[in-house]
Amino acid sequence: MIRPSLIKKAFIKTLPVMAGYIVLGIGFGILLEKNGYGLPWAFFMSLLIYAGSMQYVGVSLLTSGASVIMTAITTLMVNARHLFYGISMIEKYKGAGAKKPYLMFALTDETYALVSSPYVPEDVNPHTWYTLISLMDQFYWVLGSVIGSLLGSAITFNTAGIDFSMTALFVTIVVEQWLTSRDHTATLIGAAVSVICLVIFGPSNFLIPAMIGITLALTVSRPFIEQRAEKKEQEEKTKEGQR
Amino acid sequence: MTDSHAMLLIAVMTVVTLLLRVLPFVIFSRGNTPKYILYLGNVLPFSIMAMLVVYCLKGITPLTFPFGLPELLAVLLTAGLHVWKRNTLLSILAGTISYMLLIQLVFV
Repeated sequence: MIRPSLIKKAFIKTLPVMAGYIVLGIGFGILLEKNGYGLPWAFFMSLLIYAGSMQYVGVSLLTSGASVIMTAITTLMVNARHLFYGISMIEKYKGAGAKKPYLMFALTDETYALVSSPYVPEDVNPHTWYTLISLMDQFYWVLGSVIGSLLGSAITFNTAGIDFSMTALFVTIVVEQWLTSRDHTATLIGAAVSVICLVIFGPSNFLIPAMIGITLALTVSRPFIEQRAEKKEQEEKTKEGQR
Repeated sequence: MTDSHAMLLIAVMTVVTLLLRVLPFVIFSRGNTPKYILYLGNVLPFSIMAMLVVYCLKGITPLTFPFGLPELLAVLLTAGLHVWKRNTLLSILAGTISYMLLIQLVFV
């Protein structure tokens, strides 16, 4: 039995995600509706795919008449990062039993940010806590999409440019990563390789070469990045020792 | 596009996304994750987010009107506001609204 106090704790913990998901969900719902796909489409895409950035990209796939292969490759590229969320949750999700399939399915960027933090309330099975967080996050996302879809059909003002909410989301994530990490090599590699590939291959074909190029560049610079990470760790230890 | 083709594409997005989320649990279930994979797991999220920003901005035309200026201004506002306030919701809302105003009213 899940206690009301636990639900309250999970609600407070997920508040930031609620804010972001409802706004982004609304943006997605409006965009989808304006492109001719109404409420059922928004609801089922958010329920089944449940990947914010991919669903924005998905709208352009739907409207551009993409092929199955193109859709599969684009999804692979845009969502490849989820592989790495899974890798870091293997230990925590061990023994989750019947909850595990849903926990794995619901591992979005934002949910990963919450469940990967060490905090779990006392006297609670961690897997129950993770499930509660995951369910709430998806509820916000579906709710936002549905609201957006309804707004989209009611709104009469010009919504051109609303898809910038996706750009803004990624910009805030990059800024957040930049401010909280010590080494920016990986961010710079991602930006540089992508721009170079964009110039060489053009807007509609650069994503796959960019992913390959980024993986290669990260592999080649692994000794350098790991060395710097070690060095900075040691520097901080020395600093703490001096205090 | 027909509705059935649209449904097919949604099914493809669903299945591929699910595979990506489940695969690590299946492959590395015994805690024998290679160090190279762990390293990529650490650094890829940074590179991929930068790549996604470039992906979002792929449509700009630096050499013809409006020279990517609406995007540049809105990105600077979003990033600047985020450095200042660290409030994701505020940054996204302000960036999006300013971009909509820029392309609808300023750079027409």
